[in-house]
Amino acid sequence: MRRLPLASFAIISAMVFVAVFAPWLTPHSPIDQSLPNKLLPPFWEEGGSSEYLLGTDIFGRDLLTRLFYGARVSLIVTALALTVGGGVGLVLGIVSGYVGGKLDAFLMRVVDAAFAFPTILFALLLAVTMGQGMDTLVIALSLFLWAGFARVIRGEVLAIKQRDFVALARVHGSSPARIMFVHILPNVLNTFMVLLTLNVGVIIVAEASLSFLGAGVPPPTPSWGLMVAEGRGKITSAWWLSLIPGIAITLVVLSFNLFGDWLRDRLDPKLRQL
Amino acid sequence: MDSAPVLEVRNLHTHFFLRRGVVKAVDGVTFSLRRGEVLGLVGESGCGKSLTALSILRLLPQAAARTIEGSVLLDGEDLLAKSPGEMREVRGQRIAMILQDPQTSLNPVFSIGNQLHEALARRPDGSGRSLKERAVDVLRRVRLAAPEQRVGQYPHELSGGMKQRVVGAIAISCAPEVMIADEPTTALDVTIQLQYLDLLKELQTSLDMGILFITHDFGVVARMCDRVAVMYAGRIVETGPVREIFDNPVHPYTQALIASVPKLRRKTGRLRAIEGQPPALSELPAGCRFADRCPHVEPRCIEQYPEAVSVGESHSASCWLAA
Repeated sequence: MRRLPLASFAIISAMVFVAVFAPWLTPHSPIDQSLPNKLLPPFWEEGGSSEYLLGTDIFGRDLLTRLFYGARVSLIVTALALTVGGGVGLVLGIVSGYVGGKLDAFLMRVVDAAFAFPTILFALLLAVTMGQGMDTLVIALSLFLWAGFARVIRGEVLAIKQRDFVALARVHGSSPARIMFVHILPNVLNTFMVLLTLNVGVIIVAEASLSFLGAGVPPPTPSWGLMVAEGRGKITSAWWLSLIPGIAITLVVLSFNLFGDWLRDRLDPKLRQL
Repeated sequence: MDSAPVLEVRNLHTHFFLRRGVVKAVDGVTFSLRRGEVLGLVGESGCGKSLTALSILRLLPQAAARTIEGSVLLDGEDLLAKSPGEMREVRGQRIAMILQDPQTSLNPVFSIGNQLHEALARRPDGSGRSLKERAVDVLRRVRLAAPEQRVGQYPHELSGGMKQRVVGAIAISCAPEVMIADEPTTALDVTIQLQYLDLLKELQTSLDMGILFITHDFGVVARMCDRVAVMYAGRIVETGPVREIFDNPVHPYTQALIASVPKLRRKTGRLRAIEGQPPALSELPAGCRFADRCPHVEPRCIEQYPEAVSVGESHSASCWLAA
């Protein structure tokens, strides 16, 4: 059995910690501007100050503070998108796999269509038509997520429904809804958990990409993707503006992926190829 | 023994309607099961035994399978005419089932107690006892050792034989009138098989159930059953009391089946196998379905299907030899 990836676990814990306790961890505001202090470098560079550890952006906002609050946005968006998208995928996967027949064929074609759809373009379209905002972002990400969940869960259900306890539940007079959600659902929760974890990284990257493109969380709310985007004009003079949030995204996504891999091996060796 | 039948199946036809044709898997099955009786439904793989059971419960495996003719009378009520809701009541309360493989018959994520509770909760016994007490009680009835501890355990903590006892406990928890046992001992090892058969027999007597016992094992039939129905290619070819069938089999297929079972007492040479294969269920011949493999085949066997004729007390066979 592979060991718990401690570094990943520490980074994930740290991210959750700063996201939850952001207001108590920093004296600065993530939004209020302070133009006299604009574009200060991190403390170890010449001209850096110990008050702004990672420096400030073009409006004089503390980068570390925005990083903390950005973690908040990332986690909230991820949690909502996984709940909505993952939940819909879970339910449709179970129904599709259990009911089978024409409904299954139809739903799986919809899944194929969803996979063929360019998510980023769709999110941009949504942002244009519905306006930028966290709700738009969550809807776009959910629409991208559900299909993968539905497909994997359906596959699991196809195997589970062949087992005799499902037949015996029917012999015992259980209704189809009861069989699906009382007997089968708990048997796919392992897979569901693994899917959730493995998708956290995907969602964080997607959220950052969309925010970078301007289809995500609207400014001045801090988001890591948005911070990378805002800093790219000054990349030659103030490298920290883009690089530091970029490193944060990389580390967190990597950590979630390693953690997800570990969880998958831990919970279900059959899924190693996933 | 001569009580009225609790389950009567008449002229049951269940066919698969596939793109490449109609597969007549159950094609005119008729039998009756009395209260307190064990009826063995015997035949080789693919002859329609299990599908007959599923047709009785109206749990056909695919959208393509349909029961197109016949009736299934449970205490005189036709199950085939019931609504899906009424049918669910019948399944939960009046007909129970035990399947072959105890490894997959229990849901791995729920404790034994939990799975029993679900079955017990549907039928309050009026004693005011808690579900847990009733669960322990029913486990005791299937002679599971240490039932108080078992209720908190999960299926993977139990052996195959213990699991099959739990499956039995779930089946009897609704006090069914009819139990369908589909090869319940095939997956158990031999020493456990005997114990399990004795248990079923005992439960059957104490609950006065009728058991439809599906098997391909004549040894098990001899031990368990009061009467036997021999099935071949979708139809019952011979039915009668167990002793009659063993001592005086009329249909050549029954004779061949019995001849292919090794006997301990008598010295037999090589066991005789039945040559050939059963006919494809999608292109059944007009005449007797065993004609191709039958040592006594005559021209009329190929032309016309022999109707069942009585050859003794409650013993009948579908064979021109008997007519």
